[in-house]
Amino acid sequence: MFNAVFSQIILVLLLIKIIFNLKGEIMRKSLFMVLSSILLIVGGQAAFSGGHSVTLDDVKARGNLLCGVSTGAPGFATIDDSGKDVGFDVDYCRALAAAIFGDPMAVKFVGLTSAVRFTALAAGEVDILARNTTWTYSRDTDLKQTFLGVNYYDGQGFMVKKDLGVNSTLELDGATVCIQVGTTTELNLADYFKENGMSYEPVPTADNAESQQQYLAGACDTYTTDASALHGTRVNLENPDDHLVLPEIISKEPLGPLVRHGDDNWADIGRWVLNALIIAEEKGITKANIDSWKDTKDAEIHRLLGTGDDDILAMVGLPKNAMYNAIKAGGNYGEIFENNLGATSGINIERGVNASWTKGGILYSPPFR
Amino acid sequence: MKASAPPKTESFKLSMLLSDTRYRGTSLQVITFIIFVAVFFWLVDNTLKNLALLGKDVSFNFLFLRAGYDINQRLIPYTSDSTHGRAAFVGILNTLLVAFVGCFFATILGLFVGILRLSKNWLVAKLMSIYIEGFRNVPVLLWIVMIFALLTEFTPAPKAFKGADPQATMLLFDSIAVTNRGTYFPAPIFGEGSFWLLLSFILSVLIVIFIKQYANKQKKETGKSLPTFWISILIIILPTLGLYFLIGKPISLEYPYLKGFNFKDGIHLRNSFLALTLALALYTSAFIAEIVRAGILAISKGQTEAAASLGLRPNKIMNLIILPQALRIIVPPLISNYLNLTKNSSLAIAVGYMDVRGTLGGITLNQTGRELESMLLLMGFYLCVSLLISSVINYYNRSFQIVVR
Repeated sequence: MFNAVFSQIILVLLLIKIIFNLKGEIMRKSLFMVLSSILLIVGGQAAFSGGHSVTLDDVKARGNLLCGVSTGAPGFATIDDSGKDVGFDVDYCRALAAAIFGDPMAVKFVGLTSAVRFTALAAGEVDILARNTTWTYSRDTDLKQTFLGVNYYDGQGFMVKKDLGVNSTLELDGATVCIQVGTTTELNLADYFKENGMSYEPVPTADNAESQQQYLAGACDTYTTDASALHGTRVNLENPDDHLVLPEIISKEPLGPLVRHGDDNWADIGRWVLNALIIAEEKGITKANIDSWKDTKDAEIHRLLGTGDDDILAMVGLPKNAMYNAIKAGGNYGEIFENNLGATSGINIERGVNASWTKGGILYSPPFR
Repeated sequence: MKASAPPKTESFKLSMLLSDTRYRGTSLQVITFIIFVAVFFWLVDNTLKNLALLGKDVSFNFLFLRAGYDINQRLIPYTSDSTHGRAAFVGILNTLLVAFVGCFFATILGLFVGILRLSKNWLVAKLMSIYIEGFRNVPVLLWIVMIFALLTEFTPAPKAFKGADPQATMLLFDSIAVTNRGTYFPAPIFGEGSFWLLLSFILSVLIVIFIKQYANKQKKETGKSLPTFWISILIIILPTLGLYFLIGKPISLEYPYLKGFNFKDGIHLRNSFLALTLALALYTSAFIAEIVRAGILAISKGQTEAAASLGLRPNKIMNLIILPQALRIIVPPLISNYLNLTKNSSLAIAVGYMDVRGTLGGITLNQTGRELESMLLLMGFYLCVSLLISSVINYYNRSFQIVVR
């Protein structure tokens, strides 16, 4: 009863935000968001009582996972020609859904702008946020979120049109900069220009699509956001070769999925699905060969795929073959990367620091034991 | 609230509080008040408890922390080192600017359209109907977004002004630049001696007002109209202009010029501001036009006919007979339109205009995660502004209501 009233207040706040964030394009899933939150209220709220994972129970009772993703970030979360959600963040949520239900399609994607994402998560609109979100101290502590790890080591970059004749961010003094509101990049931008004694004029936008439109119309000289998103945006432009992502990276942007504070068990599930995908790449387990590891002598693989005697996944309330299903859904971390961001996707982002530690990167999972 | 105390002379029974008509009204009010306060406190207490469960407290300290973000349109000095409170204040000023400019143009436009819609000229009347129906029946958010899109898509980028043979040129002797980042106007620079110029201008205006009053008095006493129009214009322009050259042109214009990526100097009206103000003014003017029309139609036709039979010309009838009476009907609903415009300005975020919704309710809310506090402050702000506007216009309204003698 108390919780219901509280979530109604939050809902009203959220409605206000959604209405204010309605852009020229009508937000695809706003209606769904509203309906789902009403369902949550009616269904009673006891999500913060701790102990056993209440979120997991809710997800199981509902029959699908609610995953907050970007409203359109090429490579991370977009909708393909057939109307299917695709992307790096999308595939992570599918792996999580596969781990819980054995079905990678048992997930509903909720498009969230950068401005509403944390409120939506806090209000229980989504179970998990996989929305290229930077892990920072204040988000972790003050915003009461739990980050599950890093699934992409990113950094903030700048994209310019080649005919602007700019080859370095240090030549951008006096430029007009398109920037998404409510992001860490907004703060980095202010700090970077100040540090270097340069001035700029911010043009605030709500999401990637709007930034892109403003940038193409020439309403800003440069568009700044995470470099991965810039690469993803650039390939989808009409003439990608007319645009240039400047070499400087001005910040650390470790992106990762996150859940709200208070349900550690649920956080563990999300964290270890991510780790499982990373370990699978280390061990060479792929979507194609996943069934051929039954006779391996590597005990960790048996624990991971649930082919051994131990059922350590019962500790978090998942079926024994949960991680098998998760990896089977979209492949290991490397495969997901290649399909959405790497050469196969056409975006052609190098693995770089996002390679496994065995291959010179910094991607390193704790042992599955 | 001890209004239900019994009179001493009669014997008092507790049941009389509800059964006796002398006490019933008061006791019901007291009961309602107590219930209201209880529910209110329960809601507040419940919210606080649940926030505590989430591990959140209610605190407004964030207003004194470093904001860290930049705002493009600032009417007061602001940097990323300023506080969130100051950022909110920058936003408040931006909101008030849009509201003020929007209301101003909406009123003028609405008055014209409303009067013209009553024109006997078929074409003019129909055009005005189309104007009103067009703007009134499309959500204002769409108008804002569309005007913004038009401004950014169909105007040249500053780059187009570059080079020996530029694609775009500035208007009005190279003084105004219309770009897809906004329009740049020359800015006046007030040099030494501007003060005397201002003084002479104010004096001229005062003299004109005095002449006007004298003319009105003459008219009341003798019935003759004095020709004041041209004299007034001369009095306003000549002395100030003469002084301007005498002192040595103290006011100069600072022209915008292209430097680096953008135009520098001059007054920069950003497209976000232009689109928002224009859309709000056009949209609200359609409503005001209808109010004006209703006000005029409400004045009995006999008044017009009586004035005409006195030999007054149509525009004198409008100015002297109809409008003064119609204003009494027009002003009260006008207030709600001003309030609507002010509140609609919170749609600013759609075009990235940094009003108070954009700074306090947008970026600050997001960076600090203080949803409840920010929203409460926002609601408080809009409430105060709305009440202020109503009270000012109500005061104005009272000043020309019919005085019953």
